[in-house]
Amino acid sequence: MSDVTIPQPTRPWQRKRQDVVRSAVSIGAVGVLSLVIVLFTGFAGVDGWAVTVFLVSVLLIIVRGRKMSVKERGNAKVQLFITAAALLAFAPWISIFGSVLVKGIVGLKLNFVTSDMRTTVPDDELNLGGALHAMLGSLLMVVMATAITLPLGILSGVYLTEIKGRFTFLVRFVIQSMSGVPSIVAGLFVFTTYVSATHGPTAFGGSLALGILMLPTVARTSEEVLKLVPDDLRSASLALGARQWRTTLMVVLPTVRSGLITAAILGVARVIGETAPLLLTAGSNTAFWFNPLKGPIASLPIYVFGMLQIGTEYAVNRAWTGALVLMLTVFALFFTARKLGGKDKR
Amino acid sequence: MNIVAPIKREMHVVHSRGDKVFRGIVTAGALTSLVILGLIGSFLFARGAQVFSQYGLKFITGTNWSSSMEEGIPSEFGMGPMLVGTIVVSVIALLFAVPMSIAGALYIEFYATGRVRKIMSGLLDLAAAIPSIIFGLWGIQIFTNFGQRWASFLGNRLGFVPIFNTISDNYGRSPFVAGCVLAAMVVPITTSVAREVYSRTPRELIDTCYALGGSKWGAIKTVVLPFGKSGVVGGAMLGLGRALGETVAVYLVLNLNFRYTFRILESEGGNVASLIATRFGESSSEELTALVAAGFVLFLLTLSVNMVASAIVAKTTRS
Repeated sequence: MSDVTIPQPTRPWQRKRQDVVRSAVSIGAVGVLSLVIVLFTGFAGVDGWAVTVFLVSVLLIIVRGRKMSVKERGNAKVQLFITAAALLAFAPWISIFGSVLVKGIVGLKLNFVTSDMRTTVPDDELNLGGALHAMLGSLLMVVMATAITLPLGILSGVYLTEIKGRFTFLVRFVIQSMSGVPSIVAGLFVFTTYVSATHGPTAFGGSLALGILMLPTVARTSEEVLKLVPDDLRSASLALGARQWRTTLMVVLPTVRSGLITAAILGVARVIGETAPLLLTAGSNTAFWFNPLKGPIASLPIYVFGMLQIGTEYAVNRAWTGALVLMLTVFALFFTARKLGGKDKR
Repeated sequence: MNIVAPIKREMHVVHSRGDKVFRGIVTAGALTSLVILGLIGSFLFARGAQVFSQYGLKFITGTNWSSSMEEGIPSEFGMGPMLVGTIVVSVIALLFAVPMSIAGALYIEFYATGRVRKIMSGLLDLAAAIPSIIFGLWGIQIFTNFGQRWASFLGNRLGFVPIFNTISDNYGRSPFVAGCVLAAMVVPITTSVAREVYSRTPRELIDTCYALGGSKWGAIKTVVLPFGKSGVVGGAMLGLGRALGETVAVYLVLNLNFRYTFRILESEGGNVASLIATRFGESSSEELTALVAAGFVLFLLTLSVNMVASAIVAKTTRS
């Protein structure tokens, strides 16, 4: 028998050293060429750089593409375009996170969270005055809005998953459309029905407007988590002789307790930054106002908005710091919701 | 011997009294959202009805919005320029947002791997949670510099095209810049819908494409994009609904001016929601009625866009 050569397994997908060197050279070439172009033409700034690098990369693919097959060349071009467009889509958010962090941290001193604007004008130095009143105002309104909305949202979720009556389609459709109501329209509605008929802008008016905007989020999330309850649990409970109301209240709802908390948190994250409805329904103030039924109240988004309207250097600094606090709050809520939500799925 | 096929037994569900009460309460709770939506529509219509009957269709098409405080001089309310401005800004936003979202969704779903993919999808979720006031703040303080530069680039080279024509040399606070900021707001929504739809593409179809010798782009072009088409349309319309109703971001970035304008690079434009926010504080009761009527028109517009959008999305993401 002749020698049988056992073929060594090849791994065509593995990058060869040659490929690595080649792509390093390409990246280097793109960098150098872009630098030359940026230096000798009028392009400047981040956007000028981005455009230059993109154009040079296209050029490189055209040059290198002569050695590739048609399929490879097409693939490379498309990949470049998709990557560039995706980066363009993500760039604004990175810019937002970065600028809010960098510009907001300037004014983030202890007094920002411990004092209000009662004795301070927006033009004062940043170590005077703060946004405590605005944070407390936002907190108060959000708590009231949650107290109104959470029960309604959970009832909607229970209706859609437990009762499944003849309005199921209608309720789901209405909740979906309600999530598209512009925030200013919600504010206008509360203004015409409540605010103008009573004492003018109040914390309660603000929380009604926020509640309208929050309800769809809470209802939809509740439905999603209630769907995760296994039917076995319901059947077991019913088989033990419990009525539907006992099954729902004592078996189904307790099972998804953390999911329902998630629903509330996501709802809060949805509305805590709402500005337009509060302009119409809650007004603004320089100190915390304790009576939710009478008198305007400050809130964090309105604080940012107002400071930005004033427009002087220190006022704009305060606006950025307010935005930083707002953004951190939203992210904290978001991560809490995600952690809790992960718990139920397991 | 004949075999009798089993007959499905008739089931009668008799609810106990407790259950009846329970079901009643839950149904009532679930229907409150319907009641609220109905109340919003009917109250805004009732408050604005006077304006609709007084001006008729001229309220939509009229070009003049002036509130007179003096006796004898009549006020005039026509929201035409603002309505057109709203649509112009939103269309600009969508023109940027839709291609970027498709690319972003394809990138996350098919090109990015490992950690990059994880970071990007996390970033996408977070971006959807950024409040609009922060977009407005960023838009006027940071983005306007870039937007102005791009707008002057466009204006200098394409100035002969009517919509890129400008009278003044000031490119900031224009519908173009506002549209770009709105695009940044809309992209998270459209991208996550597009991604959701693309991820439902049957794996076998993509693999078939590869097995036939197709490239990655070939598979995307022939399988993924056609499969996700209507979902992307739905996502774009959801984004449109958000862009049409946006208030503070547009209010902060755009220079509101009450004139019909199609010069998207010129530093003037309009938006119904910003009109309400601007005029609200200092309006007479007559103007307030007109603002409520304008709010009703905006409500109808966004509601119809949103209903169509959610119907499309629901249809494509079912299965």
